[in-house]
Amino acid sequence: MLSKTDRDYGTPARTSATLVTLAIDGREITVPEGTSVMRAAALADTAIPRLCATDALEPFGSCRLCLIEIEGRNGYPASCTTPVEAGMKVRTRSPMLERLRRGVMELYMSDHPADRATCAGNGNCELHAMADAVGVGEVRYGWAGRNHLDAARDTSNPYFAFDPARCIVCSRCVRACEEVQGTFALTIDGRGFDSVVSPSQRQPFLESECVSCGACVQACPTDALIEKSMLERGLPQRSVTTTCGYCGVGCSFKAEVKGDEVVRMLPNRDGMPNHGHSCVKGRFAWGYATHPDRVLTPMVREKITDAWRVVSWDEAIGYAARRLKDIQTRHGNGAIGGITSSRCTNEETYLVQKMVRAAFGNNNVDTCARVCHSPTGYGLKTTLGTSAGTQDFDSVLQADVILVIGCNPTDGHPVFASLMKRRLRQGAKLIVADPRAIDLVRTPHIEAAYHLQLLPGTNVALINALAHVVLSEGLADEDFVRERCEGPAYELWKKFILEERNSPEAAAGATGVPAEKIRAAARLYATGGNAVIYYGLGVTEHSQGSTMVLGMANLAMATGNLGRPGVGVNPLRGQNNVQGSCDMGSFPHELTGYRHISDAALRASFEHEWKVRLDAEPGLRIPNMFDAALDGSFRGIYIQGEDIAQSDPNTHHVVAALSAMECVIVHDIFFNETARYAHVFLPGSSFLEKDGTFTNSERRISRVRKVMPPLAGKADWEVTCELSTAFGYPMHYAHPSEIMDEIARLTPTFAGVNYEKLERLGSVQWPCNDKAPAGTPVMHMGSFVRGKGRFVITEYIPTDERTSPRFPLILTTGRILSQYNVGTQTRRTPNVVWHHEDLLEIHPHDAEQRGVSDGSLVRVSSRVGETTMRAHLTERVPPGVVYTTFHHQSSGINIVTTENSDWATNCPEYKVTAVQVMPAGDAGVRRAAGGPSDAAHPAAGR
Amino acid sequence: MEIHHLVTMANQIADFFRTSSPDRAEAVAATAQHLRNFWDPRMRRQIVAHLHDHAGVSELNEIAHDAIRLLEHHGAAML
Repeated sequence: MLSKTDRDYGTPARTSATLVTLAIDGREITVPEGTSVMRAAALADTAIPRLCATDALEPFGSCRLCLIEIEGRNGYPASCTTPVEAGMKVRTRSPMLERLRRGVMELYMSDHPADRATCAGNGNCELHAMADAVGVGEVRYGWAGRNHLDAARDTSNPYFAFDPARCIVCSRCVRACEEVQGTFALTIDGRGFDSVVSPSQRQPFLESECVSCGACVQACPTDALIEKSMLERGLPQRSVTTTCGYCGVGCSFKAEVKGDEVVRMLPNRDGMPNHGHSCVKGRFAWGYATHPDRVLTPMVREKITDAWRVVSWDEAIGYAARRLKDIQTRHGNGAIGGITSSRCTNEETYLVQKMVRAAFGNNNVDTCARVCHSPTGYGLKTTLGTSAGTQDFDSVLQADVILVIGCNPTDGHPVFASLMKRRLRQGAKLIVADPRAIDLVRTPHIEAAYHLQLLPGTNVALINALAHVVLSEGLADEDFVRERCEGPAYELWKKFILEERNSPEAAAGATGVPAEKIRAAARLYATGGNAVIYYGLGVTEHSQGSTMVLGMANLAMATGNLGRPGVGVNPLRGQNNVQGSCDMGSFPHELTGYRHISDAALRASFEHEWKVRLDAEPGLRIPNMFDAALDGSFRGIYIQGEDIAQSDPNTHHVVAALSAMECVIVHDIFFNETARYAHVFLPGSSFLEKDGTFTNSERRISRVRKVMPPLAGKADWEVTCELSTAFGYPMHYAHPSEIMDEIARLTPTFAGVNYEKLERLGSVQWPCNDKAPAGTPVMHMGSFVRGKGRFVITEYIPTDERTSPRFPLILTTGRILSQYNVGTQTRRTPNVVWHHEDLLEIHPHDAEQRGVSDGSLVRVSSRVGETTMRAHLTERVPPGVVYTTFHHQSSGINIVTTENSDWATNCPEYKVTAVQVMPAGDAGVRRAAGGPSDAAHPAAGR
Repeated sequence: MEIHHLVTMANQIADFFRTSSPDRAEAVAATAQHLRNFWDPRMRRQIVAHLHDHAGVSELNEIAHDAIRLLEHHGAAML
């Protein structure tokens, strides 16, 4: 059966090692202590009628349908709230129980629309299923009495509707909002007959604190809360399990489909990253896949000033190959390259880098991780031995102290944030290091023990100061260090860290964080039990991004917080397949599995498989490609699923580079900003239109399954194969599983990965090989991948991007819950109701000094450009710091950001730009100066 | 490529290894190795040429300067 009727045991599993044996309807069953009678019965294949119970939520005991009899006890307790006891004898069926259940059910049905045909959940409605189960067909009471049947529907939310007439006030939605999502936006308002589900203070859903995660809709046992797409499109006919195409949490979904049309996306209860939870993007914002803006025909043009010409696939691919070949003939092998996409599958990114290395004959391949988590790769590989986070997501449930640095999980990684919040409500302590007061700092039932509100660009000073406290106060785990780490490097690092300039008192000046607060946070991290670090682009997108990653690994090693559940150092990856695109050899200096291209033996293994000689030299990174384009040594590029004209810093520079090139091939589902400078446009396929795998932030490899045929006729991997073949290097695969088999042959950490195993296990976390055939949830257990952990000295070196009288404020950027990266997808969904433009957060003090009022237009100018947006006055940012998102091209904030970059990886320093903010008058929102305008649909150019 | 950009990048790398290495020679070697590992050959050739053309007036810091000399000294193996 489709959807939420996947087996549900009624109450959550318990994990006690103590087992209890009881008899249910004469059948003995043994379960962990603490298990409910309802769950024990379900495990014994005895279904007890229920409405308010689901194993996704703690038992509540309100519906009174799951009554049972227990031998030797009076009354009829609810089986959901009754824990098992040894020797207990339970009866789930008796004439009295049946009478009681019918009576209860009849009352429910007496205040529920009688016509089942109007039930949108028809065939999937637990209320009607239970009515059938207990034998209630007709209601004796008639319909003249008081009821809620005329209650007004709330259709304010763009994705789901709430019909109080169909609500049985079971509180499942309220509890889902609390327990699963952790937002506490819903409550039951009123008492008795007047009880009603209330978003916030009886506000419409859209105006309430609801974050539209869909947990309430998922939990509703009737059709009171239901997806509008279900109402519009009707019941689905089939279900396809696949992986979300948004953030790096990589939630598993069941795409429910009618014909080739998606009806809804339901979070998969068996999905390991999300355990049946979702966010507003993955759950609801998938409509972009069939948006009218999709470009479905290949196009070519000689010059970027020419009109586009719609051509056949064969002509477009042949044209692209000829132009690239011609550039190489005239300007050498290194004059062309490619960019892989972190939104595409592992198999597709693997093929793009293979095409560049094997067909183009150079290593000019890079990926968007360049501008986000490339410092993670450098830092974690240097210290621990591999370029990935150390833990699985569930590990957070064993953490006692959670240190969140430079990431905003409730907005960027909302499903993982919900898991984290659950652990925090259970009592784990929270430290937030962030210039902004992100939601986690203070949210319902959660308050950070310490908010280290540091100035942007001073991460390394802070991490060194935290380490200084650990070492100077004797809080290091010397046994761990002695056993697991390189001794001489530790001694050097220790000497460095203990220098007075790394003390909290010294760091307070640079960071703006009081010394005593740093000391207290360090003590908590070092002594509070299992301590774990989660971090994001607030760490990496700095001139010292790699240094900071090294510093966090140093701190974790020094305190022994690595190599077991509940601890670790974990990047939260931005896009769905950033981890995977990096794993797949997308960086110019590395082949798959993070192995350097200069390794002759490694190259030989690829040369044997690919039957071609490989270049031993690292190629150009994305920022280098721009520079090389401007000096004429790089003239052709194939860009798959990436909008560099919008996402990369200093847009003027990027646009100049693209404009200077002879052949830009954009392969995308939409005519994006970059396509304005392209000579060939190849239509892409969304994640719903192809087979493959994604790898999420916890190194989990999950299947992406084709839900509908590619709208333009070809999956992206097929297009890359055809382009490579046309270029002269044939690539032929019958199915992406064959590509994965090739990856496994060439990559030790993927040696045990294949589609058959993924079908069988659902997903696996690399390393997955002979040593770990079922994968590796927690890395570095027993020893580090590199053997001994390596401490690295991390001197704080202030960024060159400094404030001045002309540019006195620091701009930092980030993202918001409802939008995703440059907005190409989410701006083409109803998510724009929550965020239809980027706003500049500015402290009221700074605003007043400039005569800026809330909602007014301001001009944001930096040393490289300026743009205009509306101001939002808030104390979320400290004085001296302003913040905005980068989801809308109309504000084009990357006009303002600079090319300053991380010393090791060239990851841009998006998080620190010196700016001035001044009123811009009321002339309406102006386009970013000199930047790209709204991407015109190519039809406009024809 | 814009040489000032390459100079800035080389100086950043050198600053890291200057502060993280136990001695100067190791800092120079590590900087050179980083350039070897992560820079496209055309970038390495260009910064070496820059050092030749602007001997004594380059804005390269001392470690970066010596690392690039080391690249040049090793010739084809590092360029």
